[in-house]
Amino acid sequence: MMYNDEFETLPREALKALQIKRLQQVLQRVCATVCFYKKSFAAAKISPDAIRSLEDLKKLPFTTREDLRNNYPFGLFAVPMSNIVRLHASSGTSGRSSVFSYTRRDLDTWTDLTARSLAAAGLTKNDMVHNAFGYGLLPGGLGLHYGIEKIGASVIPISDGNTKRQITILQDFGPTVLCATPSFALHLAEEGRAMGVDMQSLQLRVGIFGAELWSNATRDAIEDAFNIKALNIFGLSEMMGPGIAMECLEGRRGMHIYEDHFIVETIHPETGDVLPEGEEGELVFTSLTREAFPLVRYRSGEISRLIPEPCRCGRTHIRMERVLKRSDDMLTIRGINIFPAQVEAILKAIDGVEPDYQLIIDKVGALDAVELHVEVGEKFFGEAGGVKELQTIEKRIVKDMKDYLSISPRVKLVAPQTLKESGKKVIDRRTI
Amino acid sequence: MKVEQISVFLENKPGTLEHATRILKENNINIRTLSLAETADFGILRLIVNDVEKTNKVLREAGFRVSKTVVVAVEVPDQPGGLHSIMEVLNRETINVEYLYAFVEKSGLNAVIIFRFDAPEKAIEVLLKHKFTVVPGSKLYEF
Repeated sequence: MMYNDEFETLPREALKALQIKRLQQVLQRVCATVCFYKKSFAAAKISPDAIRSLEDLKKLPFTTREDLRNNYPFGLFAVPMSNIVRLHASSGTSGRSSVFSYTRRDLDTWTDLTARSLAAAGLTKNDMVHNAFGYGLLPGGLGLHYGIEKIGASVIPISDGNTKRQITILQDFGPTVLCATPSFALHLAEEGRAMGVDMQSLQLRVGIFGAELWSNATRDAIEDAFNIKALNIFGLSEMMGPGIAMECLEGRRGMHIYEDHFIVETIHPETGDVLPEGEEGELVFTSLTREAFPLVRYRSGEISRLIPEPCRCGRTHIRMERVLKRSDDMLTIRGINIFPAQVEAILKAIDGVEPDYQLIIDKVGALDAVELHVEVGEKFFGEAGGVKELQTIEKRIVKDMKDYLSISPRVKLVAPQTLKESGKKVIDRRTI
Repeated sequence: MKVEQISVFLENKPGTLEHATRILKENNINIRTLSLAETADFGILRLIVNDVEKTNKVLREAGFRVSKTVVVAVEVPDQPGGLHSIMEVLNRETINVEYLYAFVEKSGLNAVIIFRFDAPEKAIEVLLKHKFTVVPGSKLYEF
């Protein structure tokens, strides 16, 4: 089922013509209104006028996450704040997070694209949607919310957490659609079973999952646990949020990227060279219609492969395989993206700990669990040397991690020099 | 009148305590008394030793986090009510005890209680005022 037949089935030639037209417009605009792009295009000695075909796109420099951070908070906005109606942001301390902005029209576009995604999963106004993506500063929950309303389905804005309450609502309200991170979905299933609820006999018939790396094996586990069809949604906060690409119910292999709004390229993560369609590499996105926060050739860090073959659903938009790894050190923990450097920044700001640390990530049941090992600082222990003081430090680390990154690690203080020896800042024991 | 206690951070993993005691043995350090505070994740070994500076040095060199903590040693007759007589006074004078541990002197006549106070100076003043025997570090290390 399609939300926007005309654009979703646009012949490839027409789609490419639309892309180049929109690309030229967006390049002119960012060059005129975003200082960063004016400078980076000048540094690359390229003018927007020189981009006459989609082939020319590769002449433009990339935008990286580092660029986003260097322009924290509002440096990359392309419109004045008076035209901005919403702000979202990634986790992190000052200067280490990224801020995303939306005009009224950006929100309308986003709503349309999430509505498209939901329609691809077969949703209609007769559905009731249990939306367990987090509502708040991260764009997950709210992004889908407006698409659900646009379709005319009933939305339960349950957000994440409060597992028992969620299970009660799944039983009592009888939603037909579940939206969540895959790990939270499995956690709901486990907890539900523990409460004696038959999770396979709920009203649910389809689930939309994303914001984490997840494998086909996990999909099978979710489908089995709830007796539903599980579909993969792809989002990038930097581009918009959820609804950049979506798996269709008919194909169930790969996610259609909404190419009327985004151009996708595959590059070699080390050399930056553009790879032929269909080869595995890092996906690079250019936003064509964003007003407030357009990004040109944004390196997503997601490693995937494009599927150029047509899909039986009739959509002409190219598909991407599910993302199973990344080109950088980003970690997704319970649907929240963090970087080791953000952890380091938090620890550095706390007196009494050394910046040597180790993050150990594992699954406890279906959920991600994080242990953070931190060395006891020389100066701190030399002055205090008591249990009370050390426990105060532990609590402070837990609180700051929670406050800045929305992650609740179990903190373990360790002896000096022990972490340097292993040399690893992150040990990820999860299988996806 | 104060006593220096060596506090050693011990990570909660097998062999840590053994490592610490081995260092002490190899350096011929005699432990007068000790206590071990433990939490779920770590422990702190508290030592009264015959040579504070040397202990501090050798444990540091072995990679331990070490601190010197000021404690107060009080001698009382080793008989029922000995400890209570001190606690009564501390309570009356609202002196807060963070932790304490004790040992019996070789003679068997007296016990020595090691106290950690928030405010050791004030505690010593109060204890002396009430005629308790506060044992100075120099004497305690040589016991």
